[in-house]
Amino acid sequence: MRRAMISRVADAVYWMSRYIERAENVARFVDVNQYLTLDLPVDDELQWNPMLEVTGDRDAFHARYSASDQESVIRFLAFDGENPNSILSSLRFARDNARSVREVISSELWRQINRMYHMVRHAADSGKVYEDPHQFLDEVKEGCHQVTGVTEATMSHDEAWHFVRLGRMLERADKTSRILDVKYFLLLPSVDYIGTPYDKIQWAAVLKSASALEMYRKTHRRIDPKQIGHFLIFDNQFPRSIRYCLEAASMSLHAISGSPLASFENKAERRLGRLCADIDFSDIDEVSDIGMHQYLDGIQVKLNQIGEAIFETYFSLAPAVVAGASGRGNS
Amino acid sequence: MGLHIDDYRTEGFFDEMFVENSVPREAADLLIQRLQDLSTEEIRFRQQAAEAALYQMGITFAVYGSEAAEEKIFPFDIIPRIIDASDWQPIENGLKQRVTALNLFIDDIYHDQRILKEGIIPPELIRSCAAFRPECVGIDPPNGTWCHISGVDLIRDGHGVFHVLEDNLRSPSGVSYVLENREVLKHTFPRVFGPSKVRPVEDYPNQLLHMLEGLAPAMVDEPSVAVLTPGVYNSAYFEHSFLAKQMGVRLVEGRDLVTQDGFVYARTTRGFEKIDVIYRRIDDDFLDPLAFRPDSMLGVPGIMDSYRRGMVALANAPGCGVADDKAVYAYVPKIIKFYLNEEPIIPNVPTYVCWNEDDRQYVLEHIDQLVVKAVNESGGYGMLIGPHASAGERAEFVEKIKANPRNYIGQPTLSLSRAPIIAGDRVEGRHVDLRPYILFGSDIYVLPGGLTRVALKKGSLVVNSSQGGGSKDTWVVDR
Repeated sequence: MRRAMISRVADAVYWMSRYIERAENVARFVDVNQYLTLDLPVDDELQWNPMLEVTGDRDAFHARYSASDQESVIRFLAFDGENPNSILSSLRFARDNARSVREVISSELWRQINRMYHMVRHAADSGKVYEDPHQFLDEVKEGCHQVTGVTEATMSHDEAWHFVRLGRMLERADKTSRILDVKYFLLLPSVDYIGTPYDKIQWAAVLKSASALEMYRKTHRRIDPKQIGHFLIFDNQFPRSIRYCLEAASMSLHAISGSPLASFENKAERRLGRLCADIDFSDIDEVSDIGMHQYLDGIQVKLNQIGEAIFETYFSLAPAVVAGASGRGNS
Repeated sequence: MGLHIDDYRTEGFFDEMFVENSVPREAADLLIQRLQDLSTEEIRFRQQAAEAALYQMGITFAVYGSEAAEEKIFPFDIIPRIIDASDWQPIENGLKQRVTALNLFIDDIYHDQRILKEGIIPPELIRSCAAFRPECVGIDPPNGTWCHISGVDLIRDGHGVFHVLEDNLRSPSGVSYVLENREVLKHTFPRVFGPSKVRPVEDYPNQLLHMLEGLAPAMVDEPSVAVLTPGVYNSAYFEHSFLAKQMGVRLVEGRDLVTQDGFVYARTTRGFEKIDVIYRRIDDDFLDPLAFRPDSMLGVPGIMDSYRRGMVALANAPGCGVADDKAVYAYVPKIIKFYLNEEPIIPNVPTYVCWNEDDRQYVLEHIDQLVVKAVNESGGYGMLIGPHASAGERAEFVEKIKANPRNYIGQPTLSLSRAPIIAGDRVEGRHVDLRPYILFGSDIYVLPGGLTRVALKKGSLVVNSSQGGGSKDTWVVDR
């Protein structure tokens, strides 16, 4: 039998992966938004405020910055060490975690994460990014993709690998739900734009934020809000749709415990399985009936609960009595 | 145009690579020729590439105080230090002799104390030793081995004679740099390395694992080995992680382990798993809050009890630090004679133990000529280099010695040997030492070469990385 992981190590591997995915998503949002500002006839503030909504940091931002102009928001989201969700912070956390588990991840993976962290830190110092954010953000995205690629190419698909995928997929599902939510919740109320070319541009930007525009066009061709909602929530082939992410997460969770897919043996599997089933037996019309924001909010709450259950099942270091040499602890 | 080896001056010091000004030693000839063929630009490029590789491997330490928590690599010089195999053989023999004797000494101290009873070492010296652990009296570690892993610091004097400067039996660090430096240097000078017949160092992790597995309790078929680290903030954390990875064993922190019914378990995602052998990189003091310091957050409560009952093996054995106290060091030649009835193959550096009244008087009177060291410290801390110190610093040490003579020794300032380094566009000599690593299992393995530390500052004698020292790859070359 393969060796089980130290709980602390599994925890670190999982968070390493989540933070990499987080950094990539922030880079992509910022990049798309910056591109969007070139097309839309609105002032900076209107365009950059929703960004802060996606990452859930609006209050933190306004507490420390006076204006939400492009440079301030990019500084905040990319380089602000006091913003725990900035690209720099995410990569620092990812690296700290990776550093604490170097003995279980491949050297190539460590080197890639280390390299990226230093790249972003140097960019933060240079200040050149504000003139050409695109090049920098592209480098972050590619660097994160390389992390995934290196993981695939150099690590056995063992327990550590499954914790890596679990973290990546849960983080990604959360971010996709937020991208979609922001467009519905924040941009729709500006009714002036509905049906105009700007509306189309914004919807295309939502897809781009989820790196989904090209794949969407292959299946649906026309830009249509409902189809986009369907694609980002229910599509079963697109690797950033919520459904795809949760199914992949579920597979890894079951691979870790060894229990069959449509069953559960701990709280994490039970909660994730239930959310997957819920999505399997739902469709975009039902989402419209409930209300998109409310529906997505529900998913985000459940994702948090799944995260908590994973912590309790696998990472919690609360002292427990040893039941025997192979006894099960912690749960 | 290459480096100007013609300009190289030994300046009266024994040089590791040159017989005299600009005349390389035979074993270094090929390398020196190659250095001359390379342009200064190419050499600089290779130095930078080597540093970049170390940086990417993350072999860095944080420089505190600077705002962005700047990280630096441990400085590395690309010119290897080359030791002729014929010079190496006596060192290897001498190290085996030394650790064998030290191990017998530790075992004796925790059992019959024959060496004290026969008056070879004053009993008060041991009783007053901070690293002596009364808790370890009577313990029989597996195979009677106490110092499984040691690093012995050697220096070479003005005549090229090797001396032992100090013994390190408590988690000596640095072996990961030996392995990483070698990897980097193979890329730096592939065309010299290939034909040079350099003895490989890559076998160390296997040897270490083999030795550790040999310590497992007899009834265990497939022993589970772990490296115990104080955690990521420890300055040697990289090494802990590196060795665990190279051996393919778990790296654990104290909080990952629990004890029950004498067994030690690790908390895993599938419950608790038994651990049989622990290479611990935590000091005795912090190992077990029930046995030693009660405020330790790093250790494992109950692990000493498991160890005493033989249900887990610990390397190095708790209590082995009694043999690397710097005052005890002065007695090692007598220790070798007493247990092995042999003369030491590698001599000690003359040492004045301030605990002895005559020696103390000498040290106080000659403090401007001596190096004074605290007996229980390492890493270049708690040290005074008399000739380079200010009057105020000397006065401070005089007071310290008078207040606590047991805590200090004095040694003459030695003319350490030098080796060439890249200093800008030139090659210049700098002082070096050598730390070989020794594994004591069913037989004794000495890693060929070891870690060469180099004082990068011109004229400096302090090679410790915490004090501005760097390192070099060390080649033991067969001819």
